[in-house]
Amino acid sequence: MKTIPPSEIRSKLTELINDCLIVPDRSVTAALDNISASGEPERTAAELIVANNRTAESQRLYCCQDTGQALFFVKLGDEVYCPDLIGTINAAVRDAYKTARKSVADPLTRINTGDNSPAIIETEPTRGDTLEITFLAKGAGSENMSRLYMLTPADGETGIINSVIDAVERGGRNACPPLVIGVGIGGVTETACSLSKRALLRPVGQNNARADVAALEKTLLEKINGLGIGVAALGGELTALAVNIETAPTHIGMLPVAVNLQCHSLRHGTVKF
Amino acid sequence: MPQSAARDGEILIADPVKLSLPTDTHHIKDLLPGAMVLLDGVIYTARDQAHKRIAAAIASGEKLPFDLNNAAIYYCGPTPAAQGRIIGSCGPTTSSRMDAYTPLLIEHGLKVMIGKGVRSDKVVQAIKKHGAVYLTAIGGAAALYQSKVTSCELVAYSDLGCEAVYKLTVKDFPVFVSTV
Repeated sequence: MKTIPPSEIRSKLTELINDCLIVPDRSVTAALDNISASGEPERTAAELIVANNRTAESQRLYCCQDTGQALFFVKLGDEVYCPDLIGTINAAVRDAYKTARKSVADPLTRINTGDNSPAIIETEPTRGDTLEITFLAKGAGSENMSRLYMLTPADGETGIINSVIDAVERGGRNACPPLVIGVGIGGVTETACSLSKRALLRPVGQNNARADVAALEKTLLEKINGLGIGVAALGGELTALAVNIETAPTHIGMLPVAVNLQCHSLRHGTVKF
Repeated sequence: MPQSAARDGEILIADPVKLSLPTDTHHIKDLLPGAMVLLDGVIYTARDQAHKRIAAAIASGEKLPFDLNNAAIYYCGPTPAAQGRIIGSCGPTTSSRMDAYTPLLIEHGLKVMIGKGVRSDKVVQAIKKHGAVYLTAIGGAAALYQSKVTSCELVAYSDLGCEAVYKLTVKDFPVFVSTV
């Protein structure tokens, strides 16, 4: 059994969170920097975002003021011992967010917790002697526009396409496009929602390994970029950079589809111990 | 590979319109939807909880944290300022969450709203009826926007943290005309 000291996890996670909040996924900036054949004001909007991301990195500033709620996806090997892992992750959140925005409040009183804790943590038991922790900062602007559709088997692929398009048409303009769109299909309600969130972590441009799912991703991306929403919702051709679908087996009477909209400030990273 | 020429904080667009704040209907009516505008002058930050309090203050006749007449509100909750800086990162938040309060504020003199995303029909009607304007800022361009802020002063509701009302002075602050 390998023991990983809390102090090591805490310091590495704090560093990871800080770096993620300053430099968003480089594939997003690269895509905006190489935007082609778009008219105004979409081109200018893309240039402003590229300038923003460069300013953030060179001056060590947060790329977005909504430094988000802190989400963690933990893969915990069965030969690893991490005392008080949840407490350690929350300690790292408190450390890292000292200089970031405190964006977490009680849902009823709206009183701020003051330190951006608690983190939202999903833990998956795995085999082996490694601990892997992935951080994702999720802002309200895009998370608020995310949706769950409880379809029936008869709705099928057409229903899935209509649901994703509906979510983007209704919420895409508010969610800071160009978007990365995570779609979770199957399982039960929380499975679909979790899959839709995990789908955001897949590198932009990498399709699902299943050919039928990859084809659906391509179909959806083309349709979404035909909606005309564009960069910063000012009208244009680049509404989404990727549609990433993840699936899980579901009940014979169900077809849950969760659609998670992610803004262009895609902030995530992984540390392994 | 083609590269844009955008560099730190530099804005590349030909002939953007300048708008000095505070402004009035006379100046607003000439703005064209879709046009890029560079703002100079005073804007007040206010988001969810500040709007709730301002609307309550209007309803009860209490003194408002700032003069709403011809004022500009920026839907924004900045990150804390790093040492030696005027303000932290300060991009726009989603405007539609303020829709429930906005017609009331427009009736009481609010002229300029800066945020991101779409507005409700009621807000659009109030904007048109009272000669106001809704400007779209680039969501997620928060580090860029902090470079356009030349002063920042806490005005009210300090207990709200990032949701407090701040008086900002901005220079060449880039936005786009959405509804006028």
